[in-house]
Amino acid sequence: MEERHEAESLSPPQIAAIRRSLTSGRMALTRRSLLRAGGAGAIAVGGLGALGGCGIPPAGRTEVDNASDDHSAEEKRINFSNWTEYIDVGKGNRHPTLDEFHRRTGIKVKYTEDINDNVEFFGKIKPQLAAGQDTGRDLICVTDWLAARMIRLGWIQPLDPAQLPHAFTNLAKSFRTPDWDPGRAHSYAWSGIPAVIAYNKKATGGRKVTSVSQLLEDPKLKGRVGLLTEMRDTVGLTLLDMGKRPETVTADDYDAAIARLQKASDRGQVRRFTGNDYTGDLTKGDIAACMAWAGDLIQLQADNPEIEFTIPDAGYMTATDNLLVPNKARHKRNAERLIDYFYEPKVAAKIAAYINYVCPVDGVREELAKIDKALADNPLILPDEEMVAKSHAFRSLSSKEETAFEDKFAKLTGA
Amino acid sequence: MSVSRRAAWAGLRSRAATKERAVTREARASERAGTERAGGSVTAAPETAPDAGPVQKPPLIKPAVRKRLVPYWLLLPGILWLLIFFAAPLIYQASTSVQTGSLEEGFKVTWHFQTYWDALSEYYPQFLRSVLYAATATVLCLLLGYPLAYLIAFRAGRWRNLVMILVIAPFFTSFLIRTLAWKTILSDSGPVVGVLNSLHILDVTSYLGITEGQRVLATPLAVVCGLTYNFLPFMILPLYTSLERIDPRLHEAAGDLYARPFTTFRKVTFPLSMPGVVAGTLLTFIPSAGDYINAELLGSTDQKMIGNVIQSQFLRVLDYPTAAAMSFILMAAILTMVTVYIRKSGTEDLV
Repeated sequence: MEERHEAESLSPPQIAAIRRSLTSGRMALTRRSLLRAGGAGAIAVGGLGALGGCGIPPAGRTEVDNASDDHSAEEKRINFSNWTEYIDVGKGNRHPTLDEFHRRTGIKVKYTEDINDNVEFFGKIKPQLAAGQDTGRDLICVTDWLAARMIRLGWIQPLDPAQLPHAFTNLAKSFRTPDWDPGRAHSYAWSGIPAVIAYNKKATGGRKVTSVSQLLEDPKLKGRVGLLTEMRDTVGLTLLDMGKRPETVTADDYDAAIARLQKASDRGQVRRFTGNDYTGDLTKGDIAACMAWAGDLIQLQADNPEIEFTIPDAGYMTATDNLLVPNKARHKRNAERLIDYFYEPKVAAKIAAYINYVCPVDGVREELAKIDKALADNPLILPDEEMVAKSHAFRSLSSKEETAFEDKFAKLTGA
Repeated sequence: MSVSRRAAWAGLRSRAATKERAVTREARASERAGTERAGGSVTAAPETAPDAGPVQKPPLIKPAVRKRLVPYWLLLPGILWLLIFFAAPLIYQASTSVQTGSLEEGFKVTWHFQTYWDALSEYYPQFLRSVLYAATATVLCLLLGYPLAYLIAFRAGRWRNLVMILVIAPFFTSFLIRTLAWKTILSDSGPVVGVLNSLHILDVTSYLGITEGQRVLATPLAVVCGLTYNFLPFMILPLYTSLERIDPRLHEAAGDLYARPFTTFRKVTFPLSMPGVVAGTLLTFIPSAGDYINAELLGSTDQKMIGNVIQSQFLRVLDYPTAAAMSFILMAAILTMVTVYIRKSGTEDLV
């Protein structure tokens, strides 16, 4: 009542004046500045509180309830995330092997090529897996060191060997005992990725490039050498060249290899550290010689006869890409059936003929020879005894070592 | 206060609230009554007052409050957007930058401000390089973009739309593809390097340290070229809009006052296009300082910029605090530089 009385006592122009003052006059300024001061204070206090309140919880999962509620029986499908161009492609962009699986089992495979880079993919699925949630993927394919990290973090479900008869019998010997997953309890290999030395004959002027030493020291190759951004491949090949074993690398060995690479880089010997994009540079001859992945080379050689590769006498590195079932996946049984299917020699041969990487399945030779004789004889796809003996793998690293090693390698690559 | 006015307010209020039909009807009746007794008899007041009274208090405030709230309602989507996609990540990153820990043990806020100093002292070359490359690219963009924008605005005539389309057309291709195209253009055995080589220009640039040996790729020159190319449209478009607004009669007037074309440009055109220059330089400098694609694809180990370091710390090394601290240092540095620049160039009407 009091207010009304007051309001009534004001004349319309007065009210208008007050309103004007409130909205655009001095009063408004006061209010705004008050708000501003109050806001700044609130942000300062709230901001500090929010900052303190944040924190990234441990990413590792130790609970036992990571197993998924398996919906495989009632939902006849599976979501499979893989790298781009990493499975056979038939007419109309279909995948014949996956269609065959569908025909045989009634399980529909939703195949997504959403893995382009291990580290990026890890960044993408980390939030869900760290929070113990379903990623929407039943089967993923990642490189061994990332698989090791994910298993270490407890993000991967153990597989049931009873469901994997073909895989259990046909897994090639050299793939059976990775140090990061003893007995292949959580993973099965999709393919092996040898890292070797490649060169462009035209760009080297007909010279052969046969060793990492030559890559790092030959003055004729100055400024035209490519190394890989994959730390384990580049440092591993260098360690082998120095007579060290990557399987038992110590911090001192590692530092020595980095120092050697740094020296070459400082001298201007190294042009770039590359991911998959070395293929273009090598074809054009901008890179004369480089460390390269064998599967790419088979495809490059088909297009460009100038490309050659050498298996260094000191040995070469083989990484593997591995199939894993992440925590809380809805269709674990289906995923296991699909893994087992991939280990039937006929299916494995079809895939190997398309992707040209090392096939981890025994008994593929005859099947592959039926498709293409040359591929079956290629030691980069089906390595012989001698090749297997030269193959090495990088020791699996603890979380702390991994960060320290990656940091040193990042400094080497300039970032 | 006249009855009619009061009654009208009551009507207004009732339309807005529609709480009670009775009240509405009452108010309408009184409104009619008010208009009928246009003179405003005093005796009518006690009749309407008891009913209209409680209804009448809000009218003083209500429409005003509603009116005042309208801008906030309109702002709401924008504010929410800012809060969710800008403020929240910002706070999260600020928090990350003062945490310590590891992926497996988790990160905890320990107010470890040392991270900032460590990041700065470790990676200052990349910081300086980013600023240097971005500044060079911005200057080159201005030198290349101004004549083109001038041409489109004043001289292109009926070709104007065509030239505009040519400026914008590259946007239809992805940033990555455009950058990769430069690898082919500047390839060692390509025509560009061949010509530069036979003219011995590469010897000069090599001596100056902006190329290396007989190549352009994987040198600072390639990275700056890539940055300039990729951000050139961001310079041209604001320049064009501000040049286009200039009244051509001003040029005629300057000519009438015996100004030579260059003087006209210096005294009339350029000062009037300053908002465009400032906007263009900012739109070029800020993204190119944080860019990492060009350095990644066209550069070598000695051309890595701060964006590359942040990317590798975040994704490869998994040292989130250092990466977050560097993002903040980059942001602070850019904010400071931009503030100083805007103050210096004195362009308040920068929109």
